[in-house]
Amino acid sequence: MTVGFVMLCHTALDRAAQVARHWATSGCPVVIHVDARVKRQAYDGLMADLADLENIRFSARFACEWGTWGIVAATQAASTIMLREFADVRHVFLASGSCLPLRPVSELVAYLDERPRTDFIESVTTEDVGWTIGGLNIERFTLRFPFSWRRQRRLFDGYVRLQRQIGFKRRIPDGIVPHLGSQWWCLTRQTLSAILDDPERPAHDRYFKRVWIPDESYFQTLVRLVSSTVESRSLTLSKFDFQGKPHIFYDDHLQLLRRSDCFVARKIWPDADKLYGAFLSPEGGSAPAAEPNPGKIDRLFAKAVERRTKGRGGLYMQSRFPNLDWENGKTAAPYSVFEGFAELFENFEIWLGKVAGTRVHGHLFGPDRVHYAGGETIYNGAMSDSASLRDYNPKSFLCNLIWNTRGERQCFQFGPRDAQRIGEFLARDPNAQISVISGAWAIPLFKSNRNFGEIRREAAYLQKVEAEHLNVLRALESKARVRIWTLAEFVDNPMEPLQTIVDEISPRATRRLTEAPCMTDLAGFGQFLQNLRNQGMQPTLMGDFPVGDDTRPKGPARRGRPYLVK
Amino acid sequence: MGLWATYRLRLARKRWRARAFLKRRELRPFSNRTSLIRPTDILLFSTMRNEKVRLPYFLRYYRDLGINHFLIVDNDSDDGSREYLAEQPDVSLWTTKASYKRSRFGVDWLNWLQSRYGHNHWTLVVDPDEFFIYPFCDTRPLKALCDWLDASSIKSFSAMLVDMYPKGPIGGQPYREGQDPFEIAQWFDSGNYTLAKNKRFGNLWIQGGPRARVFFADAPERSPALNKIPLVRWRREYAYVSSTHMLLPRGLNLVYDEWGGEKASGALLHAKFLDTFAAKAEEELQRRQHYANSHEYKAYKAGLNESPDLWCKWSEKYINWRQLEILGLMSKGNWA
Repeated sequence: MTVGFVMLCHTALDRAAQVARHWATSGCPVVIHVDARVKRQAYDGLMADLADLENIRFSARFACEWGTWGIVAATQAASTIMLREFADVRHVFLASGSCLPLRPVSELVAYLDERPRTDFIESVTTEDVGWTIGGLNIERFTLRFPFSWRRQRRLFDGYVRLQRQIGFKRRIPDGIVPHLGSQWWCLTRQTLSAILDDPERPAHDRYFKRVWIPDESYFQTLVRLVSSTVESRSLTLSKFDFQGKPHIFYDDHLQLLRRSDCFVARKIWPDADKLYGAFLSPEGGSAPAAEPNPGKIDRLFAKAVERRTKGRGGLYMQSRFPNLDWENGKTAAPYSVFEGFAELFENFEIWLGKVAGTRVHGHLFGPDRVHYAGGETIYNGAMSDSASLRDYNPKSFLCNLIWNTRGERQCFQFGPRDAQRIGEFLARDPNAQISVISGAWAIPLFKSNRNFGEIRREAAYLQKVEAEHLNVLRALESKARVRIWTLAEFVDNPMEPLQTIVDEISPRATRRLTEAPCMTDLAGFGQFLQNLRNQGMQPTLMGDFPVGDDTRPKGPARRGRPYLVK
Repeated sequence: MGLWATYRLRLARKRWRARAFLKRRELRPFSNRTSLIRPTDILLFSTMRNEKVRLPYFLRYYRDLGINHFLIVDNDSDDGSREYLAEQPDVSLWTTKASYKRSRFGVDWLNWLQSRYGHNHWTLVVDPDEFFIYPFCDTRPLKALCDWLDASSIKSFSAMLVDMYPKGPIGGQPYREGQDPFEIAQWFDSGNYTLAKNKRFGNLWIQGGPRARVFFADAPERSPALNKIPLVRWRREYAYVSSTHMLLPRGLNLVYDEWGGEKASGALLHAKFLDTFAAKAEEELQRRQHYANSHEYKAYKAGLNESPDLWCKWSEKYINWRQLEILGLMSKGNWA
């Protein structure tokens, strides 16, 4: 008993001939169907090429346009010849001209000899398939498809829509339960002849001629009527990408294919000389008899499809530039923005870097230059510290920084003195953890040695800028993790918010904060605010600071680190 | 995009094509071997001037990649480039003494040659200092990429320009004829590129890299564009608009995915910063034949006088295409 190969060819006939010769010389009969659209000359060349082999036949030619009946007609014709002419064939293996055997034919024959009654054909009910393109599952069987999907896409889609609207439905013949599956199967003589010689065949053919992509449903459906043992998988390794076109194998897949232990793979790039050389040589694949195991290849191609459809979150590059809110991660990783902290606490950046174990930058959007951690003038990815380069495209700047440093959380300071254009992006980015002590920008003014008129002017300006920024943070579209305290609130109880923020930054460090940052001396700040009021400016963002000198809302003077938490 | 805008782009495309048609008279065939071109050949188009020292490696690199025929316009070389190219069996050569600037930096000439000889071919348009890399370029020939693009109904392929530079002064290591320029210019900037969309033509506008960092920090809007679409399944109605940065019809510029995914893309390694650069900058400044009154070259010259080293401690040393893929400068897309 042996296995016969039916080959459907339309391009790269020289490769098809090579594979047909390989099978035929290994003692397996081959019936070749060549697409009617192939030129006569090429067809004659193929016939002449294989003329010396007596167990090769050529079947009547049909035009095999993708998704049409021609492919099934060709399969039927070639299979009929196979069953008629080669009596010792027990299994018929449907292959294409771009298939390549990965294991010696003897192993396939042995494998099939152990399973003499089994039909290998992927056959899944329409409810259970998730891979059909165009969203058409059961509708393949109930609508009409007079237009070509490849060449007349608009008409195709329009006609489908129209039929859905008016509720048109073809009747599925009695006894037929639509199944779908890979086009490439391996059926027993009994099953195949039962399908081909079925008295109902004219009716079946008439029905399936108008089904869309019948090569993925004709045998897959009918096999359920006649076969006793259907093994619903294909012996042909064939993977499809998100557009429904098969992945192609190249020379560099050699090891992967060897390890897959599959019998036949498609589709092979015609110029993959190394693959054809390796697998068609007499010693061929030498692995011991094993079950086909395409897991590795599955993963490789699944990853490729994911790369194409989801991409790498937070990456903006020449071939990935997502529309707003389609970024699948506006930035590559979570990061923290601190507003007002560096003003309120002395050496806040050093403290934060120590307790949270992250990279803490200064004012990245500072007006003079980019203040990277450690005063660096150039940073990961060769990013410049030039303010004008940064302000040319602040969004690119930030996304680049987060992308370049992925794996290490970034924290930076922000405030109303900084370039503000990035504010809106920060607010919309779910990766941003933004903590604001509003009004803290007044502290440097309070400490400065400048004329009060100047201070008043600047205070008014900074307050306006920060108020606008806070509006953006509080807006409905805001997706960032935003926390806002007034200066008065925060000074009143600094440890709890700090603990929360640090916990969020490094969730694994379960320790309580034992070392608090050193708060700057605010003695006289209340009076300073009152002076601003007296000058006609209304400082609102700081919250309620009592005017009385040094009498802070609670308790003793807080210079140094008196409030350690046990 | 409204009908009116579409119509105006159509007119613009016709105008560029008409211009190319007129400019064809400036080209004199020097050695025309285009009769050797077979229907499935992959063609390379280039304009050059005095690049003799680069040519041997350039031709070898692209022959190894699988380019079948080179179509080159020589803009009045006097260093023997012309004679060298005329000897090559797979090169067709045209010469011209006309103004590079007034042919829009060679675009008009190449648009003409492409519409004449490139119809229905995959065409690669590169300068002699640009080296095309793409996913799997170390194991799969260019034809594999083109076949895959055909099968995926993709008509144009993006390859961003990546400026390569040596460590130390640019003129520090002399470049020998035939040498791989990336033995010297091994370094590049990995993550300082800015992107914006060009609404009118639909292409992305990419800037950054060492040139922006060192020469254009104070005028970032003038820093050179790095977005390129050099590989196109050409049809005679197509036209490059500005260098290979963008084309018409504008659908060809949509080489990027807008719904979060990544399309496949490559890179053009730019071997501009070799010891030949200073002389070139000098010459181009005198000829004033480059883009926007050669302000690029002026900036380079000013920049190079004060800071001769493009290298910094975050520079990345080039290894292979996979490295660029991981860094996010190019992508495999769904090619596996």
